[in-house]
This record gives sequence, C-alpha cells and structure tokens, in this order.
Amino acid sequence: MQLAGKQRIWAEYQKEVPDDHFFYVRSCIRQTFFPGSEQIFLKIMRDDLGKDVKEDPRHTTCTGIGYHGDVVPFETISTVVARQFSLATEAGYKNIAISCVTSFGIYTEILETWKHFPELLAQTRDSLYKATGRTFELPESIAHASDIIYKFRDEIARKAKVNLADVTTGKPLKVVEHIGCHYAKMFPKHGFGGAEFPHVLIGMVESWGGEIIDYPERRHCCGFGFRQYLVQANRGYSLSASRKKFESMEPYQPDMIVANCPGCAMFMDRWQYVIKESDGIAYGVSGTGIPVLTYEEMAGLVLGYDPWILGMQYHNVQSLSLLRKMGIKADPARRFLAKDGSRLPEPANLVNG
Amino acid sequence: MEDLYSMLMQDVRFEEGLNACMNCGVCTGICPAAEYYNYDPRRVVDLVQTRNNDIILGLLKSETIWYCGQCMSCKTRCPRGNTPGLVIMALRKVSQQLGYFTESEKGRQQLAIKRTVGENILNHGYCVASYLVSPENHPEQGPVWEHVYNNLGDVLARCGGELNGKEGPTRKITDDVLQELKNIFDETGATKHYAAIEKASESKAAELGMEFKSQGTDFEYFRFIVSAESGDHQKEEIRREEYAVSR
Repeated sequence: MQLAGKQRIWAEYQKEVPDDHFFYVRSCIRQTFFPGSEQIFLKIMRDDLGKDVKEDPRHTTCTGIGYHGDVVPFETISTVVARQFSLATEAGYKNIAISCVTSFGIYTEILETWKHFPELLAQTRDSLYKATGRTFELPESIAHASDIIYKFRDEIARKAKVNLADVTTGKPLKVVEHIGCHYAKMFPKHGFGGAEFPHVLIGMVESWGGEIIDYPERRHCCGFGFRQYLVQANRGYSLSASRKKFESMEPYQPDMIVANCPGCAMFMDRWQYVIKESDGIAYGVSGTGIPVLTYEEMAGLVLGYDPWILGMQYHNVQSLSLLRKMGIKADPARRFLAKDGSRLPEPANLVNG
Repeated sequence: MEDLYSMLMQDVRFEEGLNACMNCGVCTGICPAAEYYNYDPRRVVDLVQTRNNDIILGLLKSETIWYCGQCMSCKTRCPRGNTPGLVIMALRKVSQQLGYFTESEKGRQQLAIKRTVGENILNHGYCVASYLVSPENHPEQGPVWEHVYNNLGDVLARCGGELNGKEGPTRKITDDVLQELKNIFDETGATKHYAAIEKASESKAAELGMEFKSQGTDFEYFRFIVSAESGDHQKEEIRREEYAVSR
C-alpha cells in the first residue's frame, strides 16, 4: 500500500475532544512515580490554556491493575468506574479526562460493553445504587489527558519558551514516541490515529520542533504485562520486552523517549538502569542512557517550567545532557532539594549521573 | 462436573472475545508473551472452541493460561474480530472460581496479586501507592526510587503535592470512600472472588505442608509462590540466551 493510502486510513481515526470543562481522574502509577506530571498537567490546563478542570478528591483507583491482574471481576470494575461517573455527574461535568492509559482502556472497554449489552449497564446502575446510594449519567466524552494536550498542541507551540531542538545546531531532537497498548490497540477509534498510526504524541513532538524516529519495534509493548511485573518470578518477561525495544531503537540514536502511559515511561526508565547494572549496556549516544519523559514533562519543558519542579530528576536515567542540548539552564545541584531548599541525601549510581 | 464452556459463556468478555477462530496465528505472531514464554494464543483459542470439557479443564489447570500479559495487541490484529486476551481473562476467572489455579506454578501466584494489589485497593483506595513499593522488594526500581521512597513527603511537596493530604497525588482516601469501595466489592462479586482465591491457596499450602497465614505476605507459602521458577516456562531460545549471558 502506498503511504498516501495509509495516511487516509489513519485520518479516519479522529476523535472529538471538547474545548473545556473536564473532570480529571488520576492514575495510581502516574501519581506514584511521576507526581509532578499530574500537577503540571493541571497547571498547564488551568494557567497556560485557561481551561476549567475539576478534580474530586473522593475519586479512587479504577482498580485496573487488579482487573488486569485477574483478581477484580468485570462487574466490580464497571461499578467502580460508574462511581467515578457519579462524582462527575454530581459536579455537573460531562467530559472525563483520564491520566492513566490502563484506566483509559478500561473506560473505553466498559462504555463499549454497555453499548453492546445494555442489560449490563442496567445491572451496574443497580449495583452502584445498592452499594452506595449513587446514580450517574453517562459521560458525553472521554479523553486520555494526552488527547487534550494533543488538541491544544499548537496553542502550546505559540507559547513555547523552548523547542525540541538542539539549541546549538538548530536540528530537531530525535524522539522515540511510545504509546501505551491500551490507548488504542483495544478500541482504535478511541485514539487519534488508531492503533497503527497513533498520532497523539507525534503531533506534539512535531508541533514543538522535534523529529519522530520510526523504528521496527515501535508498536511493541513495553512489557508491563500486569502479573508479569507484579510477581517477582515473572519480571524477566517485562525486562525482555523493553530490551527488545531498546535494541531496535538504538541504531537511530534517539535523544529521548516520550510515552503517554505512566507505566511504560516508568518501565523503560527502570529497565535501562537494570540493563546498565547487569550487562553494562546503555542504548543512547556514546554509551549514555536514553531519558524517558512523560508527555506532561515534555510539554512542561517546552513551556519553560523548571525541570526539577516537573520531577525530571526522579528518573533513573537523568536528563542533564538533554536539557543542556535544548538550551535549558538547570542546575544539577538543585535536583535533590526539599521544597524549603534544604539538601536531601543524593542518590548514587544514576544513569547519565 | 460443571459444564465449563457454559461457565465461560457467562462471562461477557468470552462472548465478546471469541467468535470463530480460523487458526491463522496472527495473534501468536504479534504476541509479546508468545515471544518469551512457551505460549501460543492461537492454540489456546483453538482448544477452547472444541467445547470439550476435559480439554478446557486441562487449560484451567495449566501454566499456559497465565502467560498472557493482557497488552491486547491480539485484539487489533485478529481478522475475525476475536480477542484471545479476553478469552484468557475468562479462563482465568473460572480457574480461580473453581480453585484449579493452584494446580500450576504461575496460577498459584494469584494469591500474591490478591494480597498486594487486591488489598491495596480496599485499604488505601489505590492499586499502587508510593509508600507501598518498598525498594527491598523492588530492586529494579533503582537508586532514584530509594531516594523517593525515603523522602516521600519532601519529593511530593517539591512537585506540588502532599503525602496523605486532602487532595492531589497520593491524597488520603477517606474511610467513608473506602467503605463505598468495600460495599461495591461485596455487591459485585469481588469479595467472593477474593475468598475463593484464599480458600484454594490455603488448601494447596496444606497439601504442600507449608506455613500459611490468613493475612500479610510474610509466610512460607507466599514466599514460595512469588519466587518459584521451574525454568520450564520460557522459549528454548530465550533460555539459551540467558545461559549465554550468565556465562
């Protein structure tokens, strides 16, 4: 098939993302490993883009890791998600913005199931009412939070303080984009560009001056595999999948990896540390590790936020040389400070020190 | 014995996941688990669609059904609209309902997932939270995680959050909200499912003559299930590579 034909196919996979008024649900993994990313998403939305985003502290985990770990039944997760809808209904919001890709996949799966099996929607309404006295309306839209940043990428580009480019040569940074499997592999119509040509991160990277790397294992899973990471004896599965990706992207000499799924970002950072420790191998240019950024961190850098407030130091693969390349002045001595400026014990043995 | 195919059919994911498989093997071609483990989703689906009770029973007791990582890459690719990953989820559910999961090394691990992620949900309102990921149990998290774990309050504050605060990342989920979650679990079958996992695991521990505790993770059977590795699960070429690396 000619490229033009493929571009026509992906063009069919577009989705409507509302302009404003979102009900935000956090991610267990993102808030744990990238707490700065959720905070900066909210700041960008509210302060830079002037949007209304509601967060209700009574929302909980969607139970997704338990669901895909096969301990939480479908009926249960459906009812927990219905409870989140109930909180949105109570607050008068109809657009759900979801931080986590696992959660996003679950919301799409549940809404699609209810469409095909209306009796299950009725059963969920009944269960939620019996358990909590709550009722809910179906949302008018659901979007992964990266969809929303994608929608406003050009507005962010107009406000950019920094480009995804080498400040010395002016050349675009070479970026590997990694889309979490559950963003669009299950329900391609819910993702920008579907499963084969997801455009959600490409759009951001290209709007902000970077260049995307196309490499053979681009669509391979990061290897989370739920039970394959959760249980110690299975972790070789997870490591092996990430390693396959690193080996595949290495010849293209990426400057950075960006992911829209918090689990993927965490694993691709952690497994680089493990491979460096166990085999002495690093996959970046000149024996360095490849920094792995969340898309919120990438957007935050472009908008000129302090990398240490974004939490970029809380990755095993440090990004000092990437920041220098982009012309961002970030003092390494300020990385591991407390909020009041006092010095915390610095971690040793980080990748790219 | 129960009609196992009928039990599977009661799961909407099974109904959604299996139409009619023509055995093309695209799912196996795309599957990350099939690359790592001795695993062939095409074969699993083909066995299930025989509707033969003995064959399905064999699957419920097997290692095979525990190899899938639920990335769902198979759903995108199947030309017939099947989803082997959903068929696997239905098989795992029935295996746990009937207690067959304890017959396999990988299946027995379900108790570990229930005791960690499963209980985190009810105790904290999260599947995972920073204070639950100890560096001791997660050496792969590396030095940066040790720093974060040891300075949680400071790290969160620097990023604009508050550990166990009223809102934001890692906010404290209040008791009334946890009670709502508990009520949902009771109402929708999760509590019963948890009990089935516990009961079968306790029986298996007794059969193996191992210590079992009704709570926590510090006991012989738990340590056994999270670390047992027979070495028979992986593809031969992966085993060869590991052997080469270890030399």
